[in-house]
This record gives sequence, structure tokens and C-alpha cells, in this order.
Amino acid sequence: MISAAPRELTFTQALLEAIRLEMRRDPTIIVIGEDVAGGAGREKPEPEGWFAARGRGLIAEFGSERVIDTPIAEMGFVGAAVGAAMTGLRPIVDLSFIDLIGVCYDQIVNQAAKMHYMMGGKVTMPMVLRTTYGSRPGSTTYGGGAAAQHSQTMYAVLAHVPGLKVVVPSTPYNAKGLLISAIRDDGPVVVLENKFLGAGARGQVPEEAYTFPIGQAEVVREGRDVTLCAIGRMTRMCLDAAARLAAEGIEAEVVDVLTLAPLDEDTILESVARTRRLVVVDEDTPTASMARDIAARVADKGFDYLDAPIKTVTAPEAPVPFAAALEKFYAPTADSIAATVHDQLGR
Amino acid sequence: MTAERRVTLTREQLRFIYERMTLIREFEERLKKLVDTGLPVGAVHYYSGEEAVAVGVCAALQPNDWITSTHRGHGHCIAKGVDVRPMMAELYGKVTGTNRGKGGSMHITDVTVGMLGVNPILGMGTTHAIGAGLSAKVLKDGRVTASFYGEGASSIGAVHESLNMASIWKLPIVFVCENNGYAQSTPVEYAIAVANIADRAAGYGMPGVIVDGQDAIAVWEAADAAVRRARAGEGPTLIECKTYRYHGHASSDDPHRYRTTEEEDRARARDCIKRFREHVLTRHLMTPAELDEIDARNGALIDEAVAFAEESPLPEAWELTTDVYVPAGPGAGL
Repeated sequence: MISAAPRELTFTQALLEAIRLEMRRDPTIIVIGEDVAGGAGREKPEPEGWFAARGRGLIAEFGSERVIDTPIAEMGFVGAAVGAAMTGLRPIVDLSFIDLIGVCYDQIVNQAAKMHYMMGGKVTMPMVLRTTYGSRPGSTTYGGGAAAQHSQTMYAVLAHVPGLKVVVPSTPYNAKGLLISAIRDDGPVVVLENKFLGAGARGQVPEEAYTFPIGQAEVVREGRDVTLCAIGRMTRMCLDAAARLAAEGIEAEVVDVLTLAPLDEDTILESVARTRRLVVVDEDTPTASMARDIAARVADKGFDYLDAPIKTVTAPEAPVPFAAALEKFYAPTADSIAATVHDQLGR
Repeated sequence: MTAERRVTLTREQLRFIYERMTLIREFEERLKKLVDTGLPVGAVHYYSGEEAVAVGVCAALQPNDWITSTHRGHGHCIAKGVDVRPMMAELYGKVTGTNRGKGGSMHITDVTVGMLGVNPILGMGTTHAIGAGLSAKVLKDGRVTASFYGEGASSIGAVHESLNMASIWKLPIVFVCENNGYAQSTPVEYAIAVANIADRAAGYGMPGVIVDGQDAIAVWEAADAAVRRARAGEGPTLIECKTYRYHGHASSDDPHRYRTTEEEDRARARDCIKRFREHVLTRHLMTPAELDEIDARNGALIDEAVAFAEESPLPEAWELTTDVYVPAGPGAGL
């Protein structure tokens, strides 16, 4: 029961509040990562800069034993989180960019995700990996320009791994709830944060702790003509597209996937059964992507519902470019989504 | 490291060392016979020859201390107290195995005795030791972690990252590098730029110790000092144990492709079990009857383990997809 009055928070503030509330509740929760404490070892460490907002105030409240600045050692500190989770702690490990996953992929794929299965269910792995993803949209003026190794989406390589739960919140409200659920989950959960939520980055958030179910998609707009199935920031793009389409008399339903693994097929299939058309919107590159996985599942299990071929709107089959003049065309936009719907409907 | 006092092994510890070293040898040699006559156990990396390392270190640990392991992990498991019956059943792929038949030789785990897992992604165990060290610090439970890794793994980034982090955070960890001379067939002289792995300890700001890894008492002495140091909050130690594996890298490997029988004979002449027997007998610390009784009991234990494994049921087909996700638990609000 959520009783306290909601206030408006940013996405990052909502996530930080989730961590703070949970750390107060459970002394076994630790935060570990690069610069999470901000100048640890100094007399008065306090995070500064863009990443600072992710951990502001934590070291002051919880101390350096539980808020642990690491050396540049992703393979080492993600592995440390795995070991800590097996020996009594509930680590939240902060991998600042998903692009860094290459240097610690083994810890996520071979260690965290598989320990429970490999060990016959006899160990748990209560760890959270939080990380950021996404390229800058043309509508945004902050950030961006980070090019091919700091702007990727890439979450399909995590969703691919059996045993990992992967969530992509889209609003401050579901971000706080999903992160609290992830922290309380006894298995490994990856929580992804889009860096460019824009207007979607602010929203009403209750003050107290609450959970948001992992493994559940949400219909965030109802409509009868087409289902737009979206992930993270793309949900906002789909809502924008749906508003535009509504002005033309096309009613789009928008499904926010929220959890990539395990995927809530039922909510997607039920929506497609109502609308008989599906457009999947994903800012990741297309080959072996979530977009094509969702499309394949619906083709497999819901083909009879469909009145038109499934469409996908994704990033191009290319790395993220540096130049703003190019980057602005990288991720799907409300325009490209609406154009795809027109194409699919033939009107 | 300054040894301000010479601590000696208790009678119980001497017995522990002999029992565990010979049980490992019996387990591995019996397993090798089974594999050589067709038991399909996948990849197996025998620990024979290196017993003094695992047992000497574990003799210095408390039952609730942690260890992390390598791909060559049977010896670590037995030294830390994993029951040989479910271990053998695991190798047979039986549901009564330590991992319900889902892990096999390269993943044997029993957290109830502090064994955090055989781990064939080399060097990763050292990072997990960092986590166990952080747990000990936050939970203030006084537990020490011994982290085994091979000289081959000492070149992977994970090991360098771990040793540095252990040192800056003064974690209660003892790193034990088992230098058996070969990474698969690649000799240490080729792959490592320094003469001793222990020399690298200086670069991590921790003490580095070299011991004869075929001498259980020497290993115990070094480990005991390092464990005391760790438990006192003085931080990690790196112990390099110079040792030798009697068999190939894995069950399928013929070591004579890359090493001579003369070299093997020299190592076997310094066999850790033989030397331990001589040590305790010449000093009248244990009697021949006592040692023979332990040998006989080990034979019976392994007979029992093989029988248990053979008679145990295979996992049912439905287990293929169980335990993929950890159950969320009561708090997750699902």
C-alpha cells in the first residue's frame, strides 16, 4: 500500500532513492563500482559530475565498507560482486556503461548467470548489475557524441543468457520499483538505464519503498489498430507516435516490455490478439536483437492473430557514429515509428 | 614475513594432513582407472602430485573459512571437506551429486563446507575471493578465504585485478599459486616474465612467499602464518607453491608430448605423501599402524563412493530446465 505523497523525481533520483531505502533496510546490501563513492580515501568524499548523481550521499550515510570505490577493474569487481553474493552480501554493482561489458562478460555470463544452475540450485546469487545504455536522439542537446564504444544498447547479449533477469525501466516510477525488486531478488538481475530519457526522465514517485514486478510488461496506452511494443526510452517514442497517429484516426496500443528476460509473452500476445498488428521498436542493432526475438515469438505463437506482417523499427546495422549530424539518425524516432505504422496499415 | 614464533602442528592436524592427502590420491587414482577403462566423465584434471598444496593450506583454515578453486579442483574439494560420495556421484552425472549432476568435475561446489566452486574459467576464482573477503569485512564474521590459482592463470587480468584490490582493501585472503610448471603444455619459463610468481607480490604491495609445494608441512607453515595475518586484519599474502602434476593437463592429454619421464621421476621421488610418511615416522609423530589404518579406510571410502555413484539415479529429463533462474525470494514482491 503506497500511502506517502508522490513527488516529482528524475529517473536517476528515483534509482538512488531505491538504493538508499534498501540499504537502510538491509545491512548486507553494498554498492561497488568505479567512482560510486567519489574520491574514496579522501577526507570528505562526495561524488561530483554526471556519474556522481548515481551515488550521491551514499558514502556519507553508509560508509566506505558498504559503498566501495574500485580501481579500473571491471572483471575484478563484477567478480567480487559474484563472490560477495555467494557469501552473504547483496551487492549492487555499478557498471557505468553497458559498452564495458566486454571486459567483464565472463563474470556475468559464465559466473553470475550460471552458478545456480551449475550447482544444482544450491547457491543463490542476489546481485544487481546496474548499467546505462543508449545513443543520443536528435531531439536532445545534452550528452551524446560518445561514439561507438560508449553509446551502445547491446542488452540482447544479456537477455540471451539463461539465468539472468534483465529489466529496462522507462519511467522514474517503474525504475524505483524495478530496482527494489531487483535488489530483493535472490538471483542476478541487470537493471538498464537509458541515458537520454528526455521528458520521460521526470515523473511522480512515491516516497516509500515499493516493488514493481520483474517479468511483467505493461500496456501503457490502449488502442485497437496496432500494437507498438517498445523497450525503455522507445516507449516514450511510441507514445509520441501514438498521439500523432491518433490525430489521424489510427489508434495504437503501446506495450512497454520492461523486462527483457524472462519476457512477458502473454501481455504482448494478448495485445496483438486485440489489435492484429505488431510493430516492435528497439534502439539496439537488428541482428539477433530483442526486436526480432519478440517478432519471432509472436510469429510462432500468435500468427493466427495477425492481419499484416510484423514490422520492426531498430537502429541501423552500424556502430553508433560520433558526429551529431549522424547520431541523430541512429535510434528510432516518433517519425520513423509512425511511418512504419503507415506502411504496415497501407494508409 | 617475520616468523616471530614457530607454531607446530597438532596431532589432529598431522592426522588431517595424512588423511586428506591420501584420500585425494586414492580418489584421483581410482577415478583415473575408471576413466581409462571407459567411464564417460568429460574433462577431468587430476590433482595427483599436488596434494600437499590443498591439504597444507586447508589444515591452516577453520571449517567455516572459504576457498575458491581452479579447473583442477578435486583436491581442493576433498581438502576442504566435501564428501567424496556426492563428489563421485557428480562425476557420474547422478542426481545425488554435489551439483545434482549439472556441474561435473569442473563445477563441484559445496558452500556448506566453505567450498565456493571448482571453476574452469581460469583466474575467476580469485575475483570471487575478493567478494568473500568483502563479505567477511561487512559481516565481521572473521572468515578468511584461501584462493587457489595456477601459474598459468597468474597471467590473466582477473588475477592482477584481484590481488591489487585485495591489497588496497586489506582483505583477509591468502592467494595460493600452484605452480606445477605447465599451463596445459606451455612451460612456465616461456609464459611468465619473472622467475617466480611470488616475485609479483611486490607489485601488489603484499608479501610473497615461495614454498616447496611437495612438502605439506612447509605449505602449512606458510599458510598458517598467512591465515593468521589475514585474520588479524593485516591483509593478503601470496604463497607460491612449486609443485608438479603427475598426469597430463586433462584426462585426454599425454604429457610426454612436452615433458620427459626423467622429469616426472624426479618429481615423483619427492612425492608429498611419501615424504610426509617419512617425516612423521622418523620423528615418531604417528605410527605405521595408524597410517596403514588411514590408507585402508580411504580405500573403503572410495569403494563406497564409487558404489554410491553407480547405484544413484540419473536426473530425470525435467531437470534439464529446473534451477535456471534463482527463485526471486520472499522480498521481491512478485
